[in-house]
Amino acid sequence: MAKRSFLIPGVDKRLLIKDAIKTMPDFTRRRFIAGGASLGALTLLTGCDVVDSSSADTLLAQVSKFNDAVQAFIFNPDALAPTFPESAITKPFPFNAYYDLDDAPDVNGTDWKLEVRGLVDNKKSWTLDELYKLPQVSQITRHICVEGWSAIGSWTGTPLRDFLKLIGADTRAKYVWFQCADKDGYNSPLDMRSALHPQTQMTFKYANEILPRAYGFPMKIRVPTKLGFKNPKYVVSMEVTNEYKGGYWEDQGYNSFSGS
Amino acid sequence: MASLTVTDEQVRAIKAKVIQPAWVRVMHWVNAFAMILMILSGWQIYNASPLFGFTFPRDYTLGGWLGGGLLWHFAAMWLLMLNGLAYLVTGFATGRFAKKLFPITPSGVLHDVRAALTFKLGHDDLTVYNYVQRLLYAGIIAVGVLIVLTGLGMWKPVQFYYLVMLFGDYPTARYVHFFCMAAICAFLVIHVLLALLVPKSLRAMIIGR
Repeated sequence: MAKRSFLIPGVDKRLLIKDAIKTMPDFTRRRFIAGGASLGALTLLTGCDVVDSSSADTLLAQVSKFNDAVQAFIFNPDALAPTFPESAITKPFPFNAYYDLDDAPDVNGTDWKLEVRGLVDNKKSWTLDELYKLPQVSQITRHICVEGWSAIGSWTGTPLRDFLKLIGADTRAKYVWFQCADKDGYNSPLDMRSALHPQTQMTFKYANEILPRAYGFPMKIRVPTKLGFKNPKYVVSMEVTNEYKGGYWEDQGYNSFSGS
Repeated sequence: MASLTVTDEQVRAIKAKVIQPAWVRVMHWVNAFAMILMILSGWQIYNASPLFGFTFPRDYTLGGWLGGGLLWHFAAMWLLMLNGLAYLVTGFATGRFAKKLFPITPSGVLHDVRAALTFKLGHDDLTVYNYVQRLLYAGIIAVGVLIVLTGLGMWKPVQFYYLVMLFGDYPTARYVHFFCMAAICAFLVIHVLLALLVPKSLRAMIIGR
């Protein structure tokens, strides 16, 4: 997030501009000041501090929160993501992360346990064998990345809402918060209505094969009504909570709802 | 000194000559501002996953990185959409579109294109748009509607799936969104160039006369 700065540290930019204006001939000065408020000046200056100021950042963060509310309002829990025939599946389905595949978590499936925390009746941890015994469904849906690219994939697993019912989760809580095994820690909050969406899935298989390391072994949360970064891989725990705990990308500025 | 006094009749006569009403001027510049923000932040978003073999120079993008570009894009969209919606409603309700943009006849367009290319197109009465202007202004309004529809479709491909279906699928909507941006940029170049060639039209869009 390196910002280009044309300013010398310790120099007040307003005073600097004032001094610069004083050196101009009177006519130029007037035109410069008049032009300073114009659209042209703004567009020329977009690369520098004028629109990168913290007040602009604050305003943008507020609009993003407003957009969260608008999206929650638009969200229809019964609207299903379009599904596709097997022939539409993107091959190879891209590996995508903020690190290389070599650095992806290499989870040992026999040691791994899914931790369950927060507002649930049964906080027992789940082994992979136990999870594999739950009823599973398949979906072929489009994964849409925040970057703009998209790919169609085939995911199989247990609907998250069935699991939440099974563990006696308080589904009036606001979020299900996932913690992952990624390096630097990855986490992401999922609003409860999206968590209860019929297509939201605890995914154990990709293309009918055990989920490979590239796609999030041993467990990924597939949410076809959310952008890709809200589909956490290598999940190690879930917490049902009313508290907004932030997320890896959400904290850096990606819109938190990011629903589709 | 007597010659400098202004009678009421004269004031009324001047007022009657307003070329661009205040609502058009305000919405025009709000739209220009919102559009520039959308384009520059859109280039930032494009750069994260380019559709073609090029990216936009970093100095002409807004937001510093993808996340920042998205914040700008999804903030400026409100300004663009609300202003655009108000413009469409007012344009139809006041009869401005019907009066100033139509009819657009092929022969009229051909005639005025030829006249424009030989620098014979008159601009004596700025209240009447020539056929080249009519075509470009009506066309860019249509492109504006298209870019908003594809944008909304890409923002909510599940909730507004019918918008995506209108264009085929999600990746196609992305291409349409891009080409609409390209059309708007091309329009912008011609529009600004012509406004500078006929400065009184620019003045009319600022002070109305």
